Amino acid sequence: MSFKEVPFAGTVPSPKRENEGMVTGNWRTKRPVLDKDKCTDCLICWISCPDACIDQSTTGLAFNLKYCKGCGICAEVCPSNAITNVPELDYAD
Amino acid sequence: MLEDIKTLRKAPREEYYVPGHRTCAGCGPALQYRLVAKAAGANTIFIGPTGCMYVANTSYGCGPWAVPWIHAQITNGGAVGSGIEAAYKALIRKHKTDAEFPNVIVMAGDGGSSDIGIQALSGAFYRGHNLLFICYDNESYANTGIQTSPTTPYGAWTTFTPAGPVSPEGKKLFPKDLPKIMSHGHPELKYLATASIAFPVDLMNKVRRGLNAQGPSFLYIHAPCPKGWSFPSEKTVSIAKLAVDTGMFQLYEMTEDRRFKVTYRPKELKPVEEYLKLQGRFKHLRPEHIEKLQNFAQRRMQEVGIEITLLSS
Ligand SMILES: Cc1ncc(C[n+]2csc(CCOP(=O)(O)OP(=O)(O)O)c2C)c(N)n1
Ligand code: SF4
Ligand code: SF4
Ligand code: SF4
Repeated sequence: MSFKEVPFAGTVPSPKRENEGMVTGNWRTKRPVLDKDKCTDCLICWISCPDACIDQSTTGLAFNLKYCKGCGICAEVCPSNAITNVPELDYAD
Repeated sequence: MLEDIKTLRKAPREEYYVPGHRTCAGCGPALQYRLVAKAAGANTIFIGPTGCMYVANTSYGCGPWAVPWIHAQITNGGAVGSGIEAAYKALIRKHKTDAEFPNVIVMAGDGGSSDIGIQALSGAFYRGHNLLFICYDNESYANTGIQTSPTTPYGAWTTFTPAGPVSPEGKKLFPKDLPKIMSHGHPELKYLATASIAFPVDLMNKVRRGLNAQGPSFLYIHAPCPKGWSFPSEKTVSIAKLAVDTGMFQLYEMTEDRRFKVTYRPKELKPVEEYLKLQGRFKHLRPEHIEKLQNFAQRRMQEVGIEITLLSS
């Protein structure tokens, strides 16, 4: 038997845009909320999110709440105070 | 050749370390992983020795990498990286693949590089493999519950260095200086730098320069860990910035003539106490311990050529 016939153990496909096997949005106790009027589009929050949960869309920045863990880094690093952490219990969803 | 990223706006939008991983909220090592993957791009293979960046990323049979990733033992990231690099070279030489030679990146914790993995790291650099070895330094064996590692600072609490009557300062030893260990003992070394998650554009450019240098290249990335260092998750980037602004972490590159080139000089150096006081792991320290850490930072800065003008508190 050649090595080519040995099945590759523990191999899984790579995700493309998100890893649906580990949805983390339900960890969040505080939700980042953007005040578009204050945002200068400097992108410091975008580059500082460990979970790649800030998307640059055509209408401005958008948080990916399916995965955002609510760490608060984006609000902390924003030089314009454009992001507020709002308790999740304030939301119905 | 990977081009230098001039500004944040020019940073690639593509993500290769995608949402969906079990790292703690605000994890510094996760942020540096995202930045490294972004800078390296699609033609990359990651090697992940055991540690948080393996375990917390691969829970339940899945992982967040949009590029190939393989697990290595905590001891042998350098060896697995060497094997993949050598195999690719052989396949290309024998025309058995038309694939372009990939970026081979080992992503090891400070334990997996400065301690239990140091022989495989040193061997790979001695033999001169074309790979980029990254040590993300969260200053402990984090994944097994925050035990001291050789890069844990003097005075830090860990589960193996608790502060108490016998050892009021917690950890008594001063940390190993891994980039300096790597910088002068490996003749094949092509590039070496330190980086911080608080300086993301600089970090991404150092990844690219390390890859362009056709390795072996070494990158040492300061990556605060909210769980192990006991600080609130939103402070990760601010604490990384303070480490640089107090001189506790120094940003530099090593040029071809084997001299250190400082890549960022704090305009006004802050007292180390400002960095320490935000972290629970240092809360037991007395003034005499803090003074030792102040002297430590000054020594490290001097070694790489940062002149010291301390701003008094
Ligand atoms: C040979 C061996 N010894 C011990 C362990 C247990 N272990 C798993 S993760 C880990 C901590 C790794 O620390 P580090 O490399 O600093 O990465 P971090 O977890 O801090 O990200 C240890 C000790 C192991 N997996 N293999
Ligand atoms: S709260 Fe944390 S995880 Fe959520 S978007 Fe902000 S930085 Fe990302
Ligand atoms: S950091 Fe603040 S100002 Fe900058 S893009 Fe983000 S929300 Fe806007
Ligand atoms: S323990 Fe530290 S390094 Fe490990 S996942 Fe949590 S924050 Fe990240």
